[in-house]
Amino acid sequence: MESEARTTIQSGSGAPARFEESSRPLASTFAAGHSRVGSPSATAGEMLADLHRSETELRRFLHGLPGVDQVGAEARAASLATRSIKTSAKLWALEMAVSMVDLTTLEGADTPGKVLSLCAKARRPDPADASVPPVAAVCIYPDLVPVARRALMGTSVKVASVATAFPSGRASLAVKLADVRDAVMAGADEVDMVIDRGAFLSGRYGLILEEVQAVKETCGPAHLKVILETGELVTYDNVRRASYLAMVGGADFIKTSTGKVSPAATLPVALVMLEAVRDFAELTGALVGVKVAGGIRNAKDAIRYLVIVNETVGDAWLDPSLFRFGASSLLNDLLRQRSKQLSGAYAGSEDFSIE
Amino acid sequence: MTESYPTEKPEAELGTDAPDPSRGHDDSPRDLVAAHVSERAAFAYAPAPESRSIVHLQSSYGLFIDGAFVEPADGNTYKTENPATEEVLAEIAAAGRADVDRAVEVAGRAQRQVWGPMPGAERAKYLFRVARIIQERSRELAVLESLDNGKPIRESRDVDVPLAAAHFFYYAGWADKLEYAGFGPRPAPIGVAGQVIPWNFPLMMAAWKLAPALAAGNTCVLKPASTTPLTALLLAEIIQQAELPPGVVNVITGAGSVAGAALVAHPGIDKVAFTGSTEVGKDLQRALAGTGKHLTLELGGKAANIVFEDAPLDQAVEGIVNGIFFNQGEVCCAGSRLLVQESIADTVVERLKRRLGTLRVGDPLDKNTDLGAINNAAQLEKIRELAAAGEAEGAVRWSASCTLPSKGYWFAPTVFTNVSQAHRIAQEEIFGPVLSVLTFRTPEEAVAKANNTVYGLSAGVWTEKGSRILWMAGQLRAGVVWANSFNRFDPTSPFGGYRESGFGREGGRQGLGAYLDV
Repeated sequence: MESEARTTIQSGSGAPARFEESSRPLASTFAAGHSRVGSPSATAGEMLADLHRSETELRRFLHGLPGVDQVGAEARAASLATRSIKTSAKLWALEMAVSMVDLTTLEGADTPGKVLSLCAKARRPDPADASVPPVAAVCIYPDLVPVARRALMGTSVKVASVATAFPSGRASLAVKLADVRDAVMAGADEVDMVIDRGAFLSGRYGLILEEVQAVKETCGPAHLKVILETGELVTYDNVRRASYLAMVGGADFIKTSTGKVSPAATLPVALVMLEAVRDFAELTGALVGVKVAGGIRNAKDAIRYLVIVNETVGDAWLDPSLFRFGASSLLNDLLRQRSKQLSGAYAGSEDFSIE
Repeated sequence: MTESYPTEKPEAELGTDAPDPSRGHDDSPRDLVAAHVSERAAFAYAPAPESRSIVHLQSSYGLFIDGAFVEPADGNTYKTENPATEEVLAEIAAAGRADVDRAVEVAGRAQRQVWGPMPGAERAKYLFRVARIIQERSRELAVLESLDNGKPIRESRDVDVPLAAAHFFYYAGWADKLEYAGFGPRPAPIGVAGQVIPWNFPLMMAAWKLAPALAAGNTCVLKPASTTPLTALLLAEIIQQAELPPGVVNVITGAGSVAGAALVAHPGIDKVAFTGSTEVGKDLQRALAGTGKHLTLELGGKAANIVFEDAPLDQAVEGIVNGIFFNQGEVCCAGSRLLVQESIADTVVERLKRRLGTLRVGDPLDKNTDLGAINNAAQLEKIRELAAAGEAEGAVRWSASCTLPSKGYWFAPTVFTNVSQAHRIAQEEIFGPVLSVLTFRTPEEAVAKANNTVYGLSAGVWTEKGSRILWMAGQLRAGVVWANSFNRFDPTSPFGGYRESGFGREGGRQGLGAYLDV
């Protein structure tokens, strides 16, 4: 089983895996994280079992993934961005995008009042039009989760909380887990964690895997989104490796950015991540979601992402359960473009509520 | 913990348990959304047709001779049609010997009296002006190109027209610097160039031919392909608009066997530049032997696109698609032979087929179309014949499932696997959306197979190993070797072939050499 998995995964790296004495076994939480029922990595855990055995093996796997050619990936994303989405297709895409928004406020200045207003907007994005679907979730800091939880009681809108010393992730695992526990106990349905980019860039992949698994376990039934902060990983090869790392660790979603680092989400980064979830699904049967966050301010950009989803992973991911936009000002542009599609005229910016 | 905390079926709610696209949303308020969202079909792109209204089609077009549109001497005409619908677009003048005589005569006069003696800096101004007008009228040119040729508007808009403008800009810059181009201190123009171009990139080929010739001080008589004369005639209008002196550029339309043959055989022609089939190219070279005329030929190809096991896979698949399905595969440098390393052959073919499932075939004027119509009935027939031969010889044929329009000339994107080097589909140029997949085991075998062809126009190498790219580029007998890309063009880069793919280079400094008496 293990060797089979290896030959499937490693394209063309000839030498069989050998475990040197330097190979350090990863933490025992590893296996526990994967045995969870309903975890997307339950199957993956078996398929990729050999990765558990050592840091060396994990590195071999991640570096054995096919490379990403920067020029080619960017050209493909640019080419998909020229798709022209009109009339009924545009209306469909706009409404789909609304239902995929994680309406976000992550400011030091956030208050209960601000979060309540955000929740009201999330439940009913357009007060003048009940046919607009609610958004997928609100995304806030952990201390404000109780406020949002109360405000969204009985609605379909999920409460997502960032955690693990967001946005830098610079804290000990114990602190990160406490942060997660706090959010989940307060009623968060979804937890958006950050990976340790420093560890990633210095090649300590095992550390990240352990953290993701530990957070996943602490999340309990709450869904885990793993923020890669692709703006700090820089290369597409790194984005692909980090995507796999998060998925093997048990992520329900992989997410581009915190929104605090520039560049945040870009079309080619989304393309590379979508290719990773597609290949991971092929390998393990597990469908992992993708969340693009940061810098997506207008409907045109949102539709471009949906086109990439459509032509890379297809139908299954065109659903709020597998694709999200982390955004705030995007929502009003989606509403404005939607009302333009329906009425034929643009509404003024004052016609839509601010959060 | 609150009541709405998802404790019961968390896995069903976010659907992360199994690949089940019909996951439900079980929260009751969510049902509204779910109903709203799940009644959808797939993300079906609504038609997004580019408007034809920008193009003012005339019912008939004359010949462009001596700065004016004139009727052909013997009044013969033929019709050009839209290959996507078989709709007749316009009546086109069919030039005869008398028209060719006149065009060559005025071109000779213009070369000796006006264009040749003109300082390069002045010629440059005209060429820059043409380039700018091409940009200004780019949408019109793109729509007309797609109408007459059948290629998707996405390509005519994003590739053909911008490259045509880029060639004029690039060679305009050379016009006053010819003595620094490396062809000696006083490079002289050759004289009158007779240029015969194909139907696959009608405007772009016209630009590739005209821009360097004019920059070097030659005058031109251009013969566009009989099935795609319209953008060349619109370019003639642009040349009129740019106020080039009469006779510097002349466009004669009509059959290759009549107008084309008369043009290249004309004693007043000093230089022949031909892009087209190898068969015609061979005839041309025979006919021109001993005449003292300069000749460059850009002919067919059967390019190998070589994918190594360490290639960036997703981009390689895109490169394969771009290599053979760009412009319906009607590209002389198309990557029509995929040479894939045996260890990843199955994966690559599987991914390629999945990718081809998203290729959008149909109305060339729809902005979302990836693959348009085959340019003409004869070409479609040739593609069908060769595809049938592939099947007969034992290769395995696979076509993407797509609905082809009932009118017009269409061919579904097709991949042949189990192809051997001995098959016709591995040797002959198909010039259509048909890919032959072959495998190799070692770099040496890849080179041997890639070079095992009478052609040598282009090749592609896909690997993450830089040293291997350089080694391959040195081994491959092809005029262009693309590394981790395919079908990329730039006016600064010379383009041309080995062996039966022709000789002479177009583009770059080398492209000037073909139009200078050096």
